Amino acid sequence: MKLSGADILIQCLKEQGTDTVFGYPGGCVLDIYDAIYRDGTLKHILTAHEQGAAHAADGYARATGKTGVCIATSGPGATNLVTGIATAYMDSVPLVAITGNVTVANLGRDSFQEVDIAGITMPVTKHNYIVKDINKLASTIREAFYIASSGRKGPVLIDIPKNIQTEQCEFTPAAPAPYLPKPVAPEKLKEIADILAKSKRPLLIAGGGCIGSNASDNLFALAKKMNAPVCATLMGLGAYPASDEQFLGLIGMHGTDAAAKTFRRADTVIACGMRFSDRVAGNRAAFAEGKTIIQFDIDAAEIDKNVKADHSVMADVNEIFKVLLPLLGQTDRKDWLKEVSAYKEYENANFDSSLPAYKILRALRSFTDADTRVATDVGQHQMWTAQYYPFEQPRTLISSGGLGTMGFGMGAAIGACVGSGKKTVLVTGDGSFHMNLNELCTAVSHELPLVILLMDNNCLGMVRQWQTLFYGKRYSQTTLDRKTDYCKLAEAFGATGMTIASEKDIRPVLKKAFAAKGPVLVDCKIGIDDKVLPMIAPGKSFEDIITKLG
Amino acid sequence: MKKYTITALVANKSGVLTRISGLFARRAFNIESLCACTTENQALSRMTIVLSGDEYTLAQLTKQLDKLIDVKKIAIADENDSVYRELLLVKVSAPANKRSELIEIKEVYKAKIVDLSPETLILELTGEPNKLDGFIKVIEPYGILEMARTGMTALSRGEKCLNDLVDYNECI
Repeated sequence: MKLSGADILIQCLKEQGTDTVFGYPGGCVLDIYDAIYRDGTLKHILTAHEQGAAHAADGYARATGKTGVCIATSGPGATNLVTGIATAYMDSVPLVAITGNVTVANLGRDSFQEVDIAGITMPVTKHNYIVKDINKLASTIREAFYIASSGRKGPVLIDIPKNIQTEQCEFTPAAPAPYLPKPVAPEKLKEIADILAKSKRPLLIAGGGCIGSNASDNLFALAKKMNAPVCATLMGLGAYPASDEQFLGLIGMHGTDAAAKTFRRADTVIACGMRFSDRVAGNRAAFAEGKTIIQFDIDAAEIDKNVKADHSVMADVNEIFKVLLPLLGQTDRKDWLKEVSAYKEYENANFDSSLPAYKILRALRSFTDADTRVATDVGQHQMWTAQYYPFEQPRTLISSGGLGTMGFGMGAAIGACVGSGKKTVLVTGDGSFHMNLNELCTAVSHELPLVILLMDNNCLGMVRQWQTLFYGKRYSQTTLDRKTDYCKLAEAFGATGMTIASEKDIRPVLKKAFAAKGPVLVDCKIGIDDKVLPMIAPGKSFEDIITKLG
Repeated sequence: MKKYTITALVANKSGVLTRISGLFARRAFNIESLCACTTENQALSRMTIVLSGDEYTLAQLTKQLDKLIDVKKIAIADENDSVYRELLLVKVSAPANKRSELIEIKEVYKAKIVDLSPETLILELTGEPNKLDGFIKVIEPYGILEMARTGMTALSRGEKCLNDLVDYNECI
């Protein structure tokens, strides 16, 4: 059958299993929006800003494991997606971004709302396309989905000029190309299995790759078989249940004291789908001293990039676990686990205000389910969430790790909420929230069951913390001094506003917030000087962990 | 710092060169030359990249390059088993009293005169880059008005062809 480019796009999206798209209409996507209207089966979430749409598609993908889709018009619509695309790229999130553009004849003439979005997004996409031939549209879309969701996942952008959307060509439906990760040859793991069997003090580090490859069950099995402690990078939280006694929590700059101490004592470190980012490894040169480093990663370029591995396997982490598990015998490491569990005694010495954020985050868990998605923005509240909220299941923490995008939370929480179809939590800060609070209207329009906990300390807490520690308490431009009344703001958007002003409010207010319908904004009035601790200063080693401020 | 030669077959499409050069810039790779040309297969272009760096940079460059969808095959040229060539065009000041000396030099290097004017001549020389460097040094005193070098290209000797290699990922 003959279809227009816009109709082909809709057919291809549906072919790929897309049921929800996030976007914002405009001049050069009018035909696409007309096709969405005529088709009537795709759920379209209209955001307040294209950046919100990109973050929402990202949050949707993180929460569901499916490829997120966002649509924006040419020019400013397209450039507004860029931060969202870059965020997804840094965290390997499968995303297909569709932009309109001026007609092929008008490309390169500085036409109205024309921008070279393919050029702009080249360094922040896995791949991108400008479709200049209608006959190649369907195959391009199919290829884009395959690239986004295979191997190390990531965003792909398709720029579709306006005339391609209206031109017609023959369309033949096709099933999506299945992605099957390459199996791992057992020979590649024999030596590693020997090393693991002999190791006295092994430590497993779970990264985002464990979630991307759905390796949680096998990671758990591996930890139990090895009797090894497990810690996680920010992207890996949820891959291993926080409540399990072998779990030590976050590792890295704001990782737990237990993870740091265990790391220092470990003789063998097994990095599972993680890339030794500077926020994890700190002093890269000293990181591996006296240890055997084993790295599993699907991306060859990550192996030996930041830290030199003694042994490595380049493959899908879950495929590696599948082969490795039968090669290992049950190993008893009672002494090691006993030593490690002693490291877990840790006091929350870093809070001196009357309403410490961690008490809210600890209480939060009694109102959520194990599979409730908890999105964050970026800053102190994000680290506190990572430290104190127990993530039990994969895809429950929705957070911008690599790019550290303030303003990510609102869009991402909307996407996660739509994707999971369940009550969703956003933990944000007053700095991050002000960046994209406009998306509150999106949550209200769709009556999304969203509980937003705003950690309101009247400052840019994380930057202030660095100014306290490294810049002689010169608080340059970090005291916000906003006069925003968050409850009134919530009401104005059509949401519900609440306040937690002291510790005794925590439970009753959370109870009300979780019982309410639609989006609820809870203004949590925390102290200005609470710190995220422990902390390992940038470039320092695990020995240099600061657990208390003098 | 060592020099490494990387050869690659890439999709013959617009934007591919930008992708590759953009990657080099973003990852701060120090590229001495990059030579792109068409091949016997219309769908593919061939690139020869000369990198100056260490083993780590070489590994990162090839692995990052290999991740680009448009890059089909990559190989690191084996110094002892490849043919390297570069072409040089150089316009030298050549007044009548200096011309015979220049012609003598050209004979030694087996260069060609491809243009002649009352005051200048253009010489063409093909060879390995260090031969070109040597030639340039010798004619420099006569006054080089302008010059163009193509950058190095390379082919491995014998029956091995880049296109027949297994994917780079499989070799690591």
